[in-house]
Amino acid sequence: MPRTGVLIEMADEGKIKNTNYGVLTAARGKDSNNEIYALLIDGSVEVDAVKADSTALKNDLAAYGVQKVVVITVSGDLQNCPDLQASAIAAAAKEYEFNSLLGLASASGRDMFARVAATLDEPMASDCILVDVDGRTAVKSHFSGKTFATVQLDCTMMIATVRPNAIDPVKIDTVSSDVELIIFNAPVSDSGKVKRVDVKKGGVAKLELTEAPIIITGGRAIKAAENFRMLEECAEVLGAAVGASRAAVDAGYAPHSMQVGQTGKTVSPKVYIACGISGAVQHFAGMKTSKIIVGINTDKEAPIFSKCDYGIIGDIFEVIPALTKALK
Amino acid sequence: MKIFVCIKHVPDTAAAIKLSGDTTFEDSDCKFVINPYDEYGLEEAVSLVEKNGGEVVLVTVGKAAAEATLRGAMAMGASRAILVKTEGYFIDSSLTCKALKAAIEKDGMPDIIFTGKGSVDTEGFQTQYRLAAALKMPVVNEISKLTVSGDKAVAERETGGGEREVLEISLPAVIGATKGLNEPRYPKFPDIMKAKKKPVTMLSISELGIDESAGKNRLIKLESVPERSGAKMIQGSVQEQVNELIRILKEDERVL
Ligand SMILES: Cc1cc2nc3c(=O)[nH]c(=O)nc-3n(C[C@H](O)[C@H](O)[C@H](O)COP(=O)(O)OP(=O)(O)OC[C@H]3O[C@@H](n4cnc5c(N)ncnc54)[C@H](O)[C@@H]3O)c2cc1C
Ligand SMILES: Nc1ncnc2c1ncn2[C@@H]1O[C@H](COP(=O)(O)O)[C@@H](O)[C@H]1O
Repeated sequence: MPRTGVLIEMADEGKIKNTNYGVLTAARGKDSNNEIYALLIDGSVEVDAVKADSTALKNDLAAYGVQKVVVITVSGDLQNCPDLQASAIAAAAKEYEFNSLLGLASASGRDMFARVAATLDEPMASDCILVDVDGRTAVKSHFSGKTFATVQLDCTMMIATVRPNAIDPVKIDTVSSDVELIIFNAPVSDSGKVKRVDVKKGGVAKLELTEAPIIITGGRAIKAAENFRMLEECAEVLGAAVGASRAAVDAGYAPHSMQVGQTGKTVSPKVYIACGISGAVQHFAGMKTSKIIVGINTDKEAPIFSKCDYGIIGDIFEVIPALTKALK
Repeated sequence: MKIFVCIKHVPDTAAAIKLSGDTTFEDSDCKFVINPYDEYGLEEAVSLVEKNGGEVVLVTVGKAAAEATLRGAMAMGASRAILVKTEGYFIDSSLTCKALKAAIEKDGMPDIIFTGKGSVDTEGFQTQYRLAAALKMPVVNEISKLTVSGDKAVAERETGGGEREVLEISLPAVIGATKGLNEPRYPKFPDIMKAKKKPVTMLSISELGIDESAGKNRLIKLESVPERSGAKMIQGSVQEQVNELIRILKEDERVL
């Protein structure tokens, strides 16, 4: 039975991020014939707490086909030494003889998987929207969303990261009741050449754009930084994250961390609501793979209407408050 | 200081990509530019050398046409360039890394190697990590703030939700740049003229002993992403429009 390791990312509250479940779905392979090992890093979960009671963790993961939960520990500072973490993951991948290793193409996943692939000298497909672990192929964007490429990896271990929300999570029919918990102490040490020395919090804890299931984005038409409040209110009732176009960022209405597009973030939510955004190619480069795109614009000729799924001709300062109210 | 900047020659992101076969596109009638993220690395390299002295050397693995991109990049302040020529367009990142490593080692080891955070054509996000591993150097990526002092650098990267992590890295190192690091300069006319005469060392990937067809990450199909064919417009008063939108998202699309 082929084995797939999946690196699980935890949210701050010690919960499993929902975006992991799409990765687990891909990890099972075509006929769910892969045995799945969920990898957790010491520090992202409390090892002692997990040892004492791992029922909830096991149940959540088992619903998506996980058979073994491996918590990776080392004697060293796993959280602050990226190379140490990469060597530990690589060591686990060898120890359990994974045929494939998957994870999220999040900010930390992108960095960690590239380190692991370089350490193991295996090819890697990044930010995939489809992964076939049995066929060793993956589909991913080339040329900023203008084309999809299918790549074939000639490898011992297939390494791939998955674009958050790109693969729909599907639970399995018969859930295993005897998921095994393994504590793996990786025999690795750090080079000491890269170390995280500080983390600067981004003010209020906001939902990360690239992982949000719904995104509402403001363009130049938002006119002032304080008007983003209107989008935030709507986002709160929708469970959405708020983004911005480059025009809105350049005008100082929003920070660059909120920018969607070719020079900003690439997102793939279930619903993308573009408010007062014209629909430039560079903006579409970052959100084209969203499932449903809704455009709201006063100009019936705005290019966005020729490239989105649903359109509303209207003033965002009327439509958005009405939408927020109706959703409440 | 000696600084290398790895520059990829890529189609302008505003250019249309016309497919010409299962795995090929019309690269002859497409406008090419410096990979936008590499430009931030280049600007950082040039300003470090302006401050501390030394030289900036560019290195590209690509088709012969990449020379034009290298000339444009040299106008920003690099003193010379190395072009490792390939026959094909899509080269696997492990092979690109081998070629970059061979070219850099041949020239002499640098204090810093800058790259971009990723290339906008193949979106591989990995060449810099492979290069660092091959040269036994540390690597940090997606860097939007950098301070170099002595044999150390302090770098910042965004990790999501507006959070930033601060990393300390020992030099020599590979540093992947992204937007926010600086504002790349526009070369002035005299610099563009001077760049025409700057030396470009031409190598071929085969003379470095690398078989460019031996990649382990092979492109087997390239297809255009279907464009959406125009929105279904929601009619009525503002109230009717939002009610209809919510109904569609809940009932027709089942996404709310
Ligand atoms: C190299 C490069 C990289 C780029 N990267 C990015 C990127 O990452 N992200 C990005 O977004 N852009 C990027 N751009 C810029 C892009 O080309 C556009 O300029 C930008 O997306 C425009 O932003 P906008 O739609 O908010 O503004 P505009 O194009 O000015 O559109 C504003 C729209 O709002 C509508 N409007 C005005 N008032 C209202 C109202 N009250 N209610 C409803 N609608 C209203 C108008 O009809 C108009 O359509 C890049 C450009 C280049 C050259
Ligand atoms: N063919 C190449 N020539 C020079 N540099 C490259 C090449 N390919 C990738 N790079 C560098 O590596 C970075 C990451 O590329 P990639 O792994 O393709 O996303 C780019 O931003 C470049 O700086």
